Amino acid sequence: MAATADAVLAELRERVSAAHRTRQGLRLRGSGTKDFYGESLTGEVLELRTHQGIVDYEPSELVITARCGTPLSEIEAALAAHGQFLAFEPPAFGADPSIGGVIAAGLSGPRRVYAGAARDFVLGTRLLSGDGEMLRFGGQVMKNVAGFDVSRLLCGSLGILGIITEVSLKVLPRPRAEETLRLELPAAAAVESFNRWSALGVPISGGAWWQGSAWVRLSGAPPAVRSARERIGGEALDAASAQAWWAALRHCQLPLFDSRVIWRLSVPGAAPPLTLPGEPLIDWGGALRWYADPPDDVDVRTLACAAGGTALCWRGPAPAGRFHPLPPALARLHRRLKERFDPHGIFNPGRLLAGV
Amino acid sequence: MAEADIAAALRKFLPEDCVLSREEERRPYECDALTAFRQLPGLVVLPHTEQQLLEVLLTCSRLGVPVVARGAGTGLSGGSTPHAQGVLLSCARLNRILEIDPHARIARLEPGVPNLRVSEAAAEHGLYYAPDPSSQVACSIGGNVAENSGGVHCLKYGLTVHNVLGVRGYTMEGDLLELGGRAPDGPGLDLLALTIGSEGLLMIVTEVTVKLIPRPPCAQLVMASFADVHSAGTAVAAVIATGIIPAALEMMDRQATAAVEPFARAGYDLTAAAILLVESDGTPEEVADQVREIVHVLRTAGASTLRVSGSEAERLRWWSGRKNAFPAAGRLSPDYYCMDGTIPRRHVGEVLQAIERMETRYALRCMNVFHAGDGNLHPVILFDANDHDSWERAERFGAEILELCVQLGGTITGEHGVGVEKLNSMCVQFSPAERAAFAAVKEAFDPAGLLNPGKVIPTLARCAEYGRMRVHHGALPHADLPRF
Repeated sequence: MAATADAVLAELRERVSAAHRTRQGLRLRGSGTKDFYGESLTGEVLELRTHQGIVDYEPSELVITARCGTPLSEIEAALAAHGQFLAFEPPAFGADPSIGGVIAAGLSGPRRVYAGAARDFVLGTRLLSGDGEMLRFGGQVMKNVAGFDVSRLLCGSLGILGIITEVSLKVLPRPRAEETLRLELPAAAAVESFNRWSALGVPISGGAWWQGSAWVRLSGAPPAVRSARERIGGEALDAASAQAWWAALRHCQLPLFDSRVIWRLSVPGAAPPLTLPGEPLIDWGGALRWYADPPDDVDVRTLACAAGGTALCWRGPAPAGRFHPLPPALARLHRRLKERFDPHGIFNPGRLLAGV
Repeated sequence: MAEADIAAALRKFLPEDCVLSREEERRPYECDALTAFRQLPGLVVLPHTEQQLLEVLLTCSRLGVPVVARGAGTGLSGGSTPHAQGVLLSCARLNRILEIDPHARIARLEPGVPNLRVSEAAAEHGLYYAPDPSSQVACSIGGNVAENSGGVHCLKYGLTVHNVLGVRGYTMEGDLLELGGRAPDGPGLDLLALTIGSEGLLMIVTEVTVKLIPRPPCAQLVMASFADVHSAGTAVAAVIATGIIPAALEMMDRQATAAVEPFARAGYDLTAAAILLVESDGTPEEVADQVREIVHVLRTAGASTLRVSGSEAERLRWWSGRKNAFPAAGRLSPDYYCMDGTIPRRHVGEVLQAIERMETRYALRCMNVFHAGDGNLHPVILFDANDHDSWERAERFGAEILELCVQLGGTITGEHGVGVEKLNSMCVQFSPAERAAFAAVKEAFDPAGLLNPGKVIPTLARCAEYGRMRVHHGALPHADLPRF
C-alpha cells in the first residue's frame, strides 16, 4: 500500500513538474463534488482521488491522518468505530467528497459556531508546491507554534497555493447524549433565543430556523442535555427525524437548495433579521443565512455589508464574482502569497479570486 | 540611520512621553521573560493611539528602520528581543477594553489589555475568555495573538486561534488589515489563522475581537499519584480513550512536586514518581458524573492514591502548586530554562526517561511539568547563568530535548514560540524548502523585512552552521563566541 501511495505521489509530482515547465494550469480535483464552488474552473484536470488511504489513526491521540483522496465516508466510518467524529460536520454535495477537497474548500456544517470550523481542526498538512517540492506544515499534535500556521492557511484556499496531499485532523469523542428540540418561533425570536441560551451555558450544538420553526440541538453529558431540554421546552424529535433534519441542513438538501439563485450570507450571530425580502434559512445560531431567488433589483452584497457580514453567491448568475469582493490591501496580499507559493500560477488559476 | 535622527522624525508627531531614548529608559526593554537574551533597543516608542502607532510604522517604513512589537514582555522565547538599531514598539498604552457585548458573547480589545482583565470585565455577565496562559495576570491579548498562547485549559477550550474572532491592524507598509470579524468564514484565504502565532513578523495588531464563553458553574479536580511515569502516561491516554475531554489534564514529575511543595504547600504526594491533575467542569450533575468516571479510569490505570477536591479552596490549592512551578524553579536554582516541546501523548513515558538520562549527561537537574492532555512538555532545566559553561550545557540539553520531540513526530514549540531562542531547532524541524515557504509568507506581508527581523525563520547559513556543530556532537567549537 505504501509503495502504491508513493508511486501515485511520484506521478503527481511529475505532473506538477511538467506543468511548471510548460506553464500549464492544473485544475485539482478530488471527487469533483464541489465543481460548482469557486470563481472559475480552468486548466487541465489533475485527479487526486487515487492518492488515498488513512495513514494513521490513534483514537487516544484524537488525531487522524489521511491522504487527500481518501473518501470522507471512509474517514467517518473509521472514527465512528471508536465513537469519534469530525466535529465540524463537513458538508457533502451528492457523491462522496475526498478529505483533500473538504479541507481545500474549508466548509463547515451546523456545529461550526459551537464546536469550531474546519480550520480549527486542521493540525497539519503535506503540500506539493508549485516547484514540485513536498512540504510539511504543522503535525499530529494539538499544540504547535513552530513557524507560521500554513496548514490553517491552506484550509479554504481552494488549492491555489498547492496540492494538499495529506492532512492531519483533530477529532473528538461523540457527545454522550444528543437531543433535538423544535419550537414554533418567528426568525427574530429564534436568533435571539439561540444567543441567549448560548450565553447561559446551554450546551447547544446546532441552532437553525426555517419556515416558522426553530431547531435546537443539544449535545453533551446526559445531565446537561436533560436540564437544557427542560429549560428550553418545545417538541423533542425522535432520533431518526433529528438525524434526518441535521443531515439535510448540513448537506444543503432542503427544498430551498432547489432554487435557481441562492445566496449564502455570513453575518454576526446576533444580527437582527436582514432587510432582504423573503424568508431565509438560518443556521449557525444566526450567523449563516441562506436566501433563495431574491428580486433582481436587490443588492444582496450591500445588505450583507450593512449587517456586518459578507455574501457569497452560491448558485445563479454571480454579479462581479461568486465570493464577496476583498478590500484592495487584502487582494494584494492574496496576489503576493500566490506569486510566492505558485510563481507560474499553475494551481487552480482564478478559482478563489480572479487573476490569482 | 542614527537613533537621534529617528527620534527627531518620530517626535514631530508624537508627544514627548512617547519616545524613550535615554539609556536608562530603554534598559527595562532589553529582554522579555527569557532573560538569557538581551539587547538594548535603539529607541522605545509607546504610542497612546492607533493613529500614532500607524504613523510610527509609516515613518519607520520610510526610513527603513526595523520595528519590534512588544506587549507585556512575558514571552518565553525572546520574540520581542529588541533590535539594536530599531524601534521597540510597546503596545502597553493601547490597553482599553473597547466593547463587551454579553448577548453576542464577544469582547473588542486593544492589544495591551492584560489577558485576565478580559475575564474580570466579562465576569458580571457570567462570561470569560478561555485561554489562560500561566502569565495571564500580566500578559497582553496582543502578545497572546502573536504567540497563539495556550494555557492549562486548552485541551477542552482551545488555543488563542480558536478563541479570537478577528483582528484589526497594519502591515509594516501601513496597509489596514481587518481579518476575520464577528461574521464567521469570510471570503478569501484565512489570513487570520496565519497571523495568529506569527510572532510579530507579519503585522501589528491594534484591535482584537475575542469570543467569550459562559463560566462553568462548577469545577472539581482529581489528583492521582503514580509509582512510575510510564503508567501515568498510560493513564492519560486511557482518560482520553474513554471519550472524556477534561477541562485540564496536567502531569508533574517528582522533581517538580518536590520543588513546589515546600512553599506552595499544595499537599502533593511526594512519594509518587508522577502526579496527574485532572479537572472536570460544568453543571454540578455533569461534574459529579465525570469525576466518578475519571476516578474509575485512573484507578484501573494503576493510580496508587486518588483524591478529589472537596472544596473550591482545596481545588485552588492543588492548582497553586502547578501554577507556581516556575517560581519554585527560581528558588531551587539561580536560573532556569523552560522548554516547550510537544509530542504525541503515547510517547510521554519514553521522553521523560530520556530526559532523566540527559540530566546525567549534561550534569544539570531538570523538573518536568507537562500539559499531558495535549502532549505539551515543559521540562525546566536548572542552571547558573553566571557560569557560562552551565548555560551552554543547559542550551544543548534543551536543544536535544526538542530534537527528540521532532523525532517522535512532535514539535519544538507548543505554545511559547520560536522567537530567537529556537532558531536552531527550526533547522531541525523544517527542510530548506519549508523554511523558504515561511520566508515567502513573511515577504508577502513585509517585503522590506522590517517587522521583527531575524526571528522565527533561520537563515540558510545559520542552519548550515548549526548542522556542522551537531555533527561534532558534544563540545561546541568556539564556545566563547556569542551565538545569538
